[in-house]
Amino acid sequence: MKMIAMDGSNISFFKEGLRLDGRRADEFRPLKIEVGVLARADGSCYVEMGGNKVIAAVYGPREVHPRHLQEATRAIVRYRYNMASFSVEERKRPGPDRRSYELSKVSREALEPVIFTSYYPRSVIDVFVEVLQADAGTRTAGINAASVALADAGIPMKSMISACAAGKVADTIVLDPMKEEDNFGQADMPIAMTPTGQITLLQMDGHLTKDEFQRAMELAIKGCRDIYEIQRKSLIEKYNQLGSELAVVQEAEVL
Amino acid sequence: MDRKVVIPGDLLSEEAKRSGEGTFVKDGKVYSLLYGLANCRDRINVIPLAGKYVPAPGDNVIGVVKDITFSNWIIDINSPYDGLLHISEFPKRIDADEMSKYLSLGSSTMIRVKDVDSTMKVELTLNDRKLGLLKTGRIIEINHTRVPRLIGKGGSMISMLKKELNCNIFVGQNGRIWINGGAEDMDLALKTILLIEKEAHTSGLTDRIVDFLKKEKGAGN
Repeated sequence: MKMIAMDGSNISFFKEGLRLDGRRADEFRPLKIEVGVLARADGSCYVEMGGNKVIAAVYGPREVHPRHLQEATRAIVRYRYNMASFSVEERKRPGPDRRSYELSKVSREALEPVIFTSYYPRSVIDVFVEVLQADAGTRTAGINAASVALADAGIPMKSMISACAAGKVADTIVLDPMKEEDNFGQADMPIAMTPTGQITLLQMDGHLTKDEFQRAMELAIKGCRDIYEIQRKSLIEKYNQLGSELAVVQEAEVL
Repeated sequence: MDRKVVIPGDLLSEEAKRSGEGTFVKDGKVYSLLYGLANCRDRINVIPLAGKYVPAPGDNVIGVVKDITFSNWIIDINSPYDGLLHISEFPKRIDADEMSKYLSLGSSTMIRVKDVDSTMKVELTLNDRKLGLLKTGRIIEINHTRVPRLIGKGGSMISMLKKELNCNIFVGQNGRIWINGGAEDMDLALKTILLIEKEAHTSGLTDRIVDFLKKEKGAGN
């Protein structure tokens, strides 16, 4: 969908109370999570969140190179967020840039608090997130994928991390803005949190009043909780698939 | 069966004293640390489905010589941490300049973890009659989380394999397995062990492996 407007004024974001893609204000886009998609990585995950397509790979714990980054008492976590040159409409110049450095840093800090790094001194846990197709909200999709990939790699964690954004378009608070809403909207606020409600990432671009912020926070937290259930289901499903391949009846209690 | 798939952060019990391996305690409650299978008995253990081998004192493993320094062999033990075998832990007294004569670069050996300190410096030893250099046979690698299944309850699986397969088998805790025997026996052993790795999480595995071996042997004759 092409939208030609320099200011958001002549775009209507809502039609009969529904958004441009038919969602209600408090709905996130269809989310698909697949676990263990890469054979070479220790843990991996593929996530589709609406138009976003991201893949996460986890390696480690393994030896740290270069050596000087090593920590004597804990594992270090490295997170690389990278966008493929074909992930956006206009070809993105490949390689790290200011934006991807920032996203790598905040995403790492969103995940690090739940990882028991002290279990693996002098080692590194590498997380690679590749954005194959971008449609607003790639950092949250990347964090969701990375969290599942870490679990898949057998990394000890306090809990999972789920991430979701809320935004403001046409003076309405909406959950999980898509590209049009992100580009022409008034605010975008991604968060990441544990299922117990501890926030590990909170960013905001644009303007929100105090009340709007409260409302956006509530929406995003609810989104994260729903995403957590999908993450959990995907991991349990992966285990059950192992069993069904062998045509063995497994009595695993799901939920 | 009292087994259940869990993910990190799942509440397992309200009683802190039931915390076992693969769990952690927060505010007097037991939570899962890992993605794996929770075994609920007196104590709750979570068995991981994946993960790296972390050496523990007393583990028998299979290592490959990676480097030789003055008085130490550096040995890869299929883990994020390399093992160190000091010259004094070799069963025979040898000179530092003759180290590569006994254990050369790339050679494999059954070896024991003697000590691991808090910075994960891993000290190895060869001082046991059971341990020694591997000169014949084959080495295969499986995920170390599957090793308990390959050994079985009280060694039931591994002793059955040794008997049925006509092979000498040494299982390293790090997931490396040495098999030695006739070429055809080893082929079958390899197939069987990889099958056990694949089906490690299923129940009644030993019986099914016995059936599998019977069938394979029947086809061969």
